[in-house]
Amino acid sequence: MASESSPPSPRASSAIWAIFNREFAGYFRTPLAYVFLAVFNAFAISLAFFVGNIYEAGVANLDRFFLYHPWLWAFLAPAAGARLWAEERRQGTIELLLTWPISVWQVAIGKFLAAWLFLATALFITLPIAFTIGYLGDPDVGVIVSGYLGSLLCAGACLGIASVASALTRNQVIAFVTGFLACFVLVLIGYGVFDEFIGGLFSPNIIEEVRRLGLWRNLEPFILGLIDLRPVAYFLSLSLGGLGLSTIIIERR
Amino acid sequence: MALIEVKNLKKSYGSIQAVRGISFTVERGEVVGFLGPNGAGKSTTMKLIAGHLRADDGESSVAGFDISTNPIEAKTHLGYSPEGAPAYSEMTVREFLRFAADLRNLANPSEKVKNTLTLCRINEVAHQTVDTLSKGYRMRLGFAQAVIHDPAVLILDEPTDGLDPNQKFEVRKILKEMASRKAVIVSTHILEEIDELCTRVIVIAHGEVRCDETKEQFLQRGNDLNEVFRKLTA
Repeated sequence: MASESSPPSPRASSAIWAIFNREFAGYFRTPLAYVFLAVFNAFAISLAFFVGNIYEAGVANLDRFFLYHPWLWAFLAPAAGARLWAEERRQGTIELLLTWPISVWQVAIGKFLAAWLFLATALFITLPIAFTIGYLGDPDVGVIVSGYLGSLLCAGACLGIASVASALTRNQVIAFVTGFLACFVLVLIGYGVFDEFIGGLFSPNIIEEVRRLGLWRNLEPFILGLIDLRPVAYFLSLSLGGLGLSTIIIERR
Repeated sequence: MALIEVKNLKKSYGSIQAVRGISFTVERGEVVGFLGPNGAGKSTTMKLIAGHLRADDGESSVAGFDISTNPIEAKTHLGYSPEGAPAYSEMTVREFLRFAADLRNLANPSEKVKNTLTLCRINEVAHQTVDTLSKGYRMRLGFAQAVIHDPAVLILDEPTDGLDPNQKFEVRKILKEMASRKAVIVSTHILEEIDELCTRVIVIAHGEVRCDETKEQFLQRGNDLNEVFRKLTA
């Protein structure tokens, strides 16, 4: 064992890497991860074909595929993120994490990146639909890549919200429901039904500003092949904001 | 320099004062038995020293490092096993210890894991997942993650709770083997553990230190330790 007189001081990167590895592997230790991946793919493909009529549209792009991703992430990112802190609290292992020589932010980053990579894995598995479109037509590859990037950033934003919900409770179900409701509101913003709801309350200018806060409104440019600074900043703000807030919640327990 | 220094530590949960100005020091080679009824403030005090909870007032340091202003350095010198020895249920024993070694950025982590498995007599369950372990093995695993880096300070919250006599004997034996080189705090409800394991006794009740003396002084208080305990904690 190590000499007690000179224990090494942990490096931030090695701590984050250790947390990341454990968390990412943790997703695949239960069948739930495979169920999650299957459900995501089943819904992503089904919505594109049966609701979006991507095949009948006869256009070689993935607009109708990415169109439903805010809904999918609003539901599935909180499902994947509910365990981030709630499970640590339930098992009591949060007490270990907080008494090992690592910072809460290192733990938070490691956990977040692992969860994000897990969501990216789910997204990656949908690539055959892009290849199918490529086989059937002549799509703009750049637009498809941009769409995937936007979807991934959207997933990170929902995950940021989910991590806050998970930090607030030891109950994964409560964490999931809370995270889902918060994401659900962000999905609704930008849909006609939402505009009608708040239309009578605020002026058109305010409604337009509120619409900018919706997930769909910020994903739209990516789907069209535009990588603009504003939506990138929007998604990253939600991701990093959620990461920071969950760190503060755990630190101030 | 005392390896553990606690000065006027206070902690409240809402309107309940769990710890009301506790102070003591622990030197290298001392094994301090924390005695007290349930809810006396033992676990809260340990959590405050270990950095799991933040004190409302007062100071505590580990190996000379203040836990609130220099937490990483303090925790580097600390091994802490919480009550119930929590661990990641889906990991194997070996994986869990490797994770603890990696988080502490230990040199030769595989070697450290191997040595700790042997030291804590858990080699035979190294490939089992935590959720399949008996309570005895689970408590030893909690102990193992606390000593994998050979820390100067050990804080163990009821490390023998719920174990059968053989398992208690094993845990105490392991602890005694390394105690002379460390400052150790062990909380317990088992009064005979004081005689077998500790060099000093601190009795806590209602968030206050009711008695802080050597084991010999404590044992001289009376033949019936249960009666001594009741009087001190009333």
